[in-house]
Amino acid sequence: MSAPALSLRNVRVAFGEDEARVSAVDDVSFDVMPGESHGLVGESGCGKSTLLRAICGLNREWQGEIRLEGELLGPRRPLAFHRHVQMVFQDPYGSLHPRHTIDAILAEPIAIHRLGDTNRRINEALDQVGLGRAFRFRFPHQLSGGQRQRVAIARAMILEPRLLLLDEPTSALDVSIQAEVLNLLSDLKRSRGLTYLLVSHDLGVVAHMCERVGVMRAGRLLEETTVQAMREGRVEHDYTRRFIEASQGYDRTMAHRWESIATP
Amino acid sequence: MSEPLLEVEDLRVAFESAHGQVEAVRGVSFAVGREKVGIVGESGSGKTMTGRCVLRIPPPTAHVSAKRIAFRGEDLLTASEARMRAIRGRRISMILQDPKFSLNPVMRVGEQVAESFRIHHPGSRREARDRALDMLGQVRIRDPKRVYGLYPHEVSGGMGQRIMIAMMLVPAPELLIADEPTSALDVTVRTQVLAILDDLVAGRGLGLVFVSHDLNLVATFCDRVLVMYAGRIVEECAAGDLGHARHPYTRALLAATPRLDRPRERLAVMERDAAWLEA
Repeated sequence: MSAPALSLRNVRVAFGEDEARVSAVDDVSFDVMPGESHGLVGESGCGKSTLLRAICGLNREWQGEIRLEGELLGPRRPLAFHRHVQMVFQDPYGSLHPRHTIDAILAEPIAIHRLGDTNRRINEALDQVGLGRAFRFRFPHQLSGGQRQRVAIARAMILEPRLLLLDEPTSALDVSIQAEVLNLLSDLKRSRGLTYLLVSHDLGVVAHMCERVGVMRAGRLLEETTVQAMREGRVEHDYTRRFIEASQGYDRTMAHRWESIATP
Repeated sequence: MSEPLLEVEDLRVAFESAHGQVEAVRGVSFAVGREKVGIVGESGSGKTMTGRCVLRIPPPTAHVSAKRIAFRGEDLLTASEARMRAIRGRRISMILQDPKFSLNPVMRVGEQVAESFRIHHPGSRREARDRALDMLGQVRIRDPKRVYGLYPHEVSGGMGQRIMIAMMLVPAPELLIADEPTSALDVTVRTQVLAILDDLVAGRGLGLVFVSHDLNLVATFCDRVLVMYAGRIVEECAAGDLGHARHPYTRALLAATPRLDRPRERLAVMERDAAWLEA
């Protein structure tokens, strides 16, 4: 078996000092194998996005061990790291510069990494995400939410990364648009042999995209399981069971049964 | 169906734009009794606008027309503004999506709930305070006395939403319009908030209009479902029958939703049909 594409050991992230110290990610360890889609689910504030930010280098204040294809990472990341690992953010309205054209947005990573051949790369990236070249000289406000998320994916893909970190990539989108974006991500993964680490609060999305899932709660990785096991209800923790039940819709008896379990 | 609380007939909402008039709601008719009615649709389908028009609070630039909007037989289209103020909040109430923007940031949350009672029930501050505390308890806030004195930024999203629900319920309305009341909440908190609404419908005989984009949630929570597309109701059915929906739009929505219990190789992509605009 090959080395994990990404490996985390005892990763912790905390904010604040002394008494006000809040532990956002608490002793998290897991592996993502090459070519895998690994999911992380949990409710807001469970630390799933903070963990992604630590992995991609946006947050430098973390402890523990993060390895990329076996190589230990420090708090600061070299340029080559970002060619290898890219991230797609939740909010397509906030993650694109409002006064840059799509062309400028896509040209920037090419310039930073001195890849050259800008024209061809931008056109290919646009084709790849199904937008077409007509979009190249438009501004983000001229695009719909789904189209913007395609631009964000194109920007990540333009560096030809091997690992893509997806932070709630479709939670701002309508169901029909979400389906298109998820299908695009599946296609890209297949054609490019990508590895995904997908964070979401929507179990349906994670179940559709991933094989293995980590369940997070209050900064901790509560359990690691497979989508198949979740489907069959073979999970260890009550919290995971509740999360699965609640994701499948409303049932009056559920609220009764949970009365005893404290909500955070 | 029970005696209707709300009747809406041929509601239309239009906006002026640079390219002429754009119709956001195009002839919507429905009735709500003492039951849970879900209105589902994607963004821009006109579901929120429909809810706002019932309370006569459309955006200022909207042109609203309808054959009839009536609450317990009383015509709301011709009611005076003073009459509407007596109805809004007191008899028909509305819960909005995001507590972050709907609570006053510089007022203690308990006082906001108490104020909502006092506006409609003249009486002592003391009574309003007691009612507010009682209502905070009813929406399952564990320590109402402590929470009463907190400011909105000191409470979590889930708690903020429950406070807002308390605020809307304390004047004891007969009809509640809930516009995406749970989409800012985590799934486990969501279940508890829905249970509160569920109990009120069963216990107090409240009518509930539940606006949501989540088909699966509406199918499991509501009694009846109206599916909106491009400003029209394209399908109306019992919530339990949503799985056997007939309209191609409803079916496409269902097919596009990823679910844990129904694994699919690929999600169906919606092919929008121009005929749906007229259906």
